[in-house]
Amino acid sequence: MADKVTFELVSPERLLLSVQAEMVVVPGEEGDFAVLAGHQPLISTLRPGSIDVYTEGDKISSRIFVAGGFAEVSLDRLTVLAEEARRFEEIDRAKLPAQIEAAKAGVDEAGSDELKLAAAEEKLAYLQHIAETTTVS
Amino acid sequence: MPSLKSLRVRINSVKSTQKITKAMKMVAASKLRRAQEAAEQARPYSARMERMLASLASGLAGADDAPRLMVGTGRDETHLLIVATGERGLCGGFNSSIARAARRKAQELLGQGKTVKILAVGRKGRDNLKRDLSRLIIGDFDFSKVKRISFVEAAEIAERVQAMFAAGEFDVATIFYNRFVSVISQVVTEQQLIPAKLPELSEQPDLGGAIYEFEPDETEILEKLLPRNLAVQVYRALLENSASEQGARMSAMDNATRNAGEMINKLTLVYNRTRQAAITKELIEIISGAEAL
Repeated sequence: MADKVTFELVSPERLLLSVQAEMVVVPGEEGDFAVLAGHQPLISTLRPGSIDVYTEGDKISSRIFVAGGFAEVSLDRLTVLAEEARRFEEIDRAKLPAQIEAAKAGVDEAGSDELKLAAAEEKLAYLQHIAETTTVS
Repeated sequence: MPSLKSLRVRINSVKSTQKITKAMKMVAASKLRRAQEAAEQARPYSARMERMLASLASGLAGADDAPRLMVGTGRDETHLLIVATGERGLCGGFNSSIARAARRKAQELLGQGKTVKILAVGRKGRDNLKRDLSRLIIGDFDFSKVKRISFVEAAEIAERVQAMFAAGEFDVATIFYNRFVSVISQVVTEQQLIPAKLPELSEQPDLGGAIYEFEPDETEILEKLLPRNLAVQVYRALLENSASEQGARMSAMDNATRNAGEMINKLTLVYNRTRQAAITKELIEIISGAEAL
């Protein structure tokens, strides 16, 4: 049995998840990366996407969507700081189209305000990613 | 000598006041517990963010291209004071002590010829500062409709502050809030937000001799991390504040309940004495009436 990596998902309001996992795949800014025990220490920003947790073997045991954030890897722990995170099971597919529309409107509304535009675009990408992933599976 | 009836009315009114203060104390106690829990749960995030910042900053100290949120504008002319207070009164000196600290700081800065701008968070602080510093207040946040402070509110404040900073409207930002020590003690704290005071790395995390790799690079991560950190700091201040507010209210209401009890005792004493006097007076009247016959 290989060593396990401690995966912690933290939101500003509370510790969302803390598990021992064999491998965790994280959507890094410059491409997805998998974290196993003994990974090189790393700090990375995240893009909107999904975190796949493999607790045992090569089956995804839980999948969590994040709208960006930060990941820190040090020896046998992986910490993800995310402001917005949703578990796969918590997604309400019926509501998604409406939310995507709202996010699109947000992008249009933001106009030239750079800060707002970036935030709105991030949100849209996040929702679109959720929509894509959930319809395939 | 007040009449018996008026005394009875007063005792009853003090009794109902005592009931109210007692109820408020209980409510504050349960709210305090919830506020403390929220503060407790928010700790992992801020602790980890601090650690990340510290390891990032140690590799970046003194670099020229460091983000402006960290190094500031290089000037010290315009100060932004973010004054975080509660939305409600009846909590002892909670609101006024924050307002007093902010006012003192504002006057000190004005005395040095600097420009001061005030962003008031919470209705009570705004009303208090409005009296003499209304021309300095550039905006306020009213969370009286928000039941529980969540990260959303903090992010809202942080966004506003950041937009102002980007527009060059101030050089230094400081937040005023009450740090929760215990139910009977809250300490007014001023914390500098911009330029960010980066935490010193208390203990080097054990990396087994390896060093951090950064993706993309340090500056870019820091540029994303610092605004978040700003929101986290604000959030932490708001949480501390709400715990302090409930604590202050709890002890204030406890005092009020005790005072009401004392008052009731005193009034009851006067009431009984008056009643006794009236009885004695009547007796004397009857006896002297009988003697006169």
